[in-house]
Amino acid sequence: MEDCLAKKMEITVSEAEKRTGRNAMNIQETYTAYLIETRAVESQSEGQCAPVESLWRRYSEFELLRNYLSVTYPHIVVPPLPEKRADFVWHKLSADNMDPDFVERRRIGLENFLLRVASHPVLCQDKIFYAFLTQEGGWKEMVNETGFQLKADSRLKALNATFRVKNPDKRFTELKHYSDELQSVISHLLRVRARVADRLYGVYKVHGNYGRVFSEWSAIEKEMGDGLQSAGHHMDVYAASIDDILEEEEHYADQLKEYLFYAEALRAVCRKHELMQYDLEMAAQDLTSKKQQCEELATGTVRTFSLKGMTSKLFGQETPEQREAKIKVLEEQIQEGEEQLKSKNLEGRDFVKSAWADIERFKEQKNHDLKEALISYAVMQISMCKKGIQVWTNAKECFSKM
Amino acid sequence: AASAPKPLPSSGPKSLREMPHPLATSSSEEMGLALTPSPDLLLPRSIADKDLSLPNGTPVDTSSPASSSSLLNRLQLDDDLDVETRDLFVTVDDPKKHVCTMETYITYRVTTKTTRAEFDLPEYSVRRRYQDFDWLRNKLEESQPTHLIPPLPEKFVVKGVVDRFSEEFVETRRKALDKFLKRITDHPVLSFNEHFNVFLTAKQGMALLSKMGESVKYVTGGYKLRSRPLEFAAIGDYLDTFSLKLGTIDRIAQRIIKEQLEYLVELREYGPVYSTWGGLEVELSEPLEGVSACIGNCCTALEELSEDMTEDFLPVLREYILYAESMKNVLKKRDQVQAEYEAKLEAVALKREDRPKVPTDVEKCQDRVECFNADLKADMERWQNNKRQDFRQLLMGMADKNIQYYEKVCFT
Repeated sequence: MEDCLAKKMEITVSEAEKRTGRNAMNIQETYTAYLIETRAVESQSEGQCAPVESLWRRYSEFELLRNYLSVTYPHIVVPPLPEKRADFVWHKLSADNMDPDFVERRRIGLENFLLRVASHPVLCQDKIFYAFLTQEGGWKEMVNETGFQLKADSRLKALNATFRVKNPDKRFTELKHYSDELQSVISHLLRVRARVADRLYGVYKVHGNYGRVFSEWSAIEKEMGDGLQSAGHHMDVYAASIDDILEEEEHYADQLKEYLFYAEALRAVCRKHELMQYDLEMAAQDLTSKKQQCEELATGTVRTFSLKGMTSKLFGQETPEQREAKIKVLEEQIQEGEEQLKSKNLEGRDFVKSAWADIERFKEQKNHDLKEALISYAVMQISMCKKGIQVWTNAKECFSKM
Repeated sequence: AASAPKPLPSSGPKSLREMPHPLATSSSEEMGLALTPSPDLLLPRSIADKDLSLPNGTPVDTSSPASSSSLLNRLQLDDDLDVETRDLFVTVDDPKKHVCTMETYITYRVTTKTTRAEFDLPEYSVRRRYQDFDWLRNKLEESQPTHLIPPLPEKFVVKGVVDRFSEEFVETRRKALDKFLKRITDHPVLSFNEHFNVFLTAKQGMALLSKMGESVKYVTGGYKLRSRPLEFAAIGDYLDTFSLKLGTIDRIAQRIIKEQLEYLVELREYGPVYSTWGGLEVELSEPLEGVSACIGNCCTALEELSEDMTEDFLPVLREYILYAESMKNVLKKRDQVQAEYEAKLEAVALKREDRPKVPTDVEKCQDRVECFNADLKADMERWQNNKRQDFRQLLMGMADKNIQYYEKVCFT
């Protein structure tokens, strides 16, 4: 296993800044720029720290990078970017892209993206990726020069086209089905979680009203006054605690979101395979029909009905010279076709092999990450409960002193 | 009737019973006429060697649960006296539905155990319906106007949504009726009221009595007073604010319950999604199922919390609001008595008659006013104490419930 970039270099997205500038259409716009800092990891014996290099990138550049990677490495499950727009929000969270909380979470997401790419055995070696991290000027031009844009357009079309493959690979079909299901279940989960967060917020906040009333009530009481007053304070603490709790939960939601988008990447790989398979089948079909045509011309028998055959029957036969010429053309085409088919087959087999290797890697990563995410979610819930117990125990003590 | 007050059994309360009323004039006869048949038992004020505490508002230390059944316990400052000196026990249970041609209603069994001499038998068991309780309360108010009568649960079901024959409603009402009778039982004066006796013992004729019962005409409107003693004005203000605050707390608690239920609805959908996901996965299916199950447990725990709040917390709040209402009415009556007294005084002054002494009826009025005031103050003190204990219990209970909920959720 080669050393991936992540081991040789520290990468962070350390800051985010609001900027205004002119976009491609020369219209003034506001956007957020992110500071990428890198530092080569020196061997420890040197005891020196390499200097930190940094440059600014905006979200659209990240998108460009990812598009490039997806097109260039279609057999790889390419790590996803954090969401472009705030989705699955519950009422307190803002859906505004400029909202500082959203920007902060996005910053973390972008850093995560870079780390994932840097630790991928194949992707980390890509030159464009390296340049993204280290070369501020002229990077966009570099990307465009690879000509990937053409491939990108055709890929986009193909991904959305409908066609039927005659002999689909069962494994890929299952995987595609799985990725569809995963997307659907995670979206559902995120939607419900947002509603749950909303409701929980409501419950906690209403308790804050107790604080106010207890305070007012304590003013008219004699012995009960102190107890009520301090209990009211604890109710206020309780109501305020929900903000932190839910902020932490957003982090969990982000982890789930990453895998929601990962499922999309997985699906893309399966789709690519389908495409290749279809391509292969079409090429094989074409070859077969050409061979058939050749045979017919050579033997003079018409096996299958064809309009050409009919017209030639109607308008007279061809001369032997014409036929010879046709046969020659066809034979050339057939040879070409056979070679192409061979290489396509090879390509297909290679694709399957490397894709499957990456898929296995991805599966392991997914299981590991999600297990950790679930565990930390459980830990969060427990800590929330412990806080709840603390507050109510304190309140109870106050009440007992009434 | 003018001479001897009702005879009492030989157990504990007797020692307090023999003490004269602090504001009584020298003639016990006059006392007997002007006042209710049995004097107020909150007498320690005049007894030099007894420790004075309650009227000053100093809490009486007690470790027993704060239900009104231990009221007597708190009143008695003598360390020798304890719960075992209680001689009257009343319980309300066993609700039953009766279907008749004209109506359908619920009756409750009222069981009495006693060693008091006013009762012919040591044990009674009778069936009573709500209107009988209502009759009792009205009679008590009429015959003991200077005392605070505990409240009854609401007569009519509000909002029309609640089914008055549902188990929950009946149980809530039963608890409230039980509390009502226990408070009377523990009251040193009210428990000896003849109407109470009738209520506890009459086998027949109760229905007739209660059906024909007159409702007490509450005093509405204010009375013109020269000067309402400051303390009563303060009590009035306090009660107003108190009811307000309790009302707010009631609304907040209801809102919390509502929000919790809505949260519950979402949680119920949340859990199964993890389960579905678990079905998709291989390695992750166990942890995912685990999360799903935990969420299920949370739902159950939350349900229990909401139920407990509705059944235990809210009714007590409402009870105290009703209590405050009835107390305000008593204050009004006190005002009425004072007004009468002042009117009479004025009348006498206007007549400018040369009388050697102020006419007896004016004197009687004066007594009434003063006794009323004293009774009221005493009752207020006691009520404050009870209330404090009750609320303490209540809020601690609420805190406990919440703690339990969190513990349940935690340890799944």
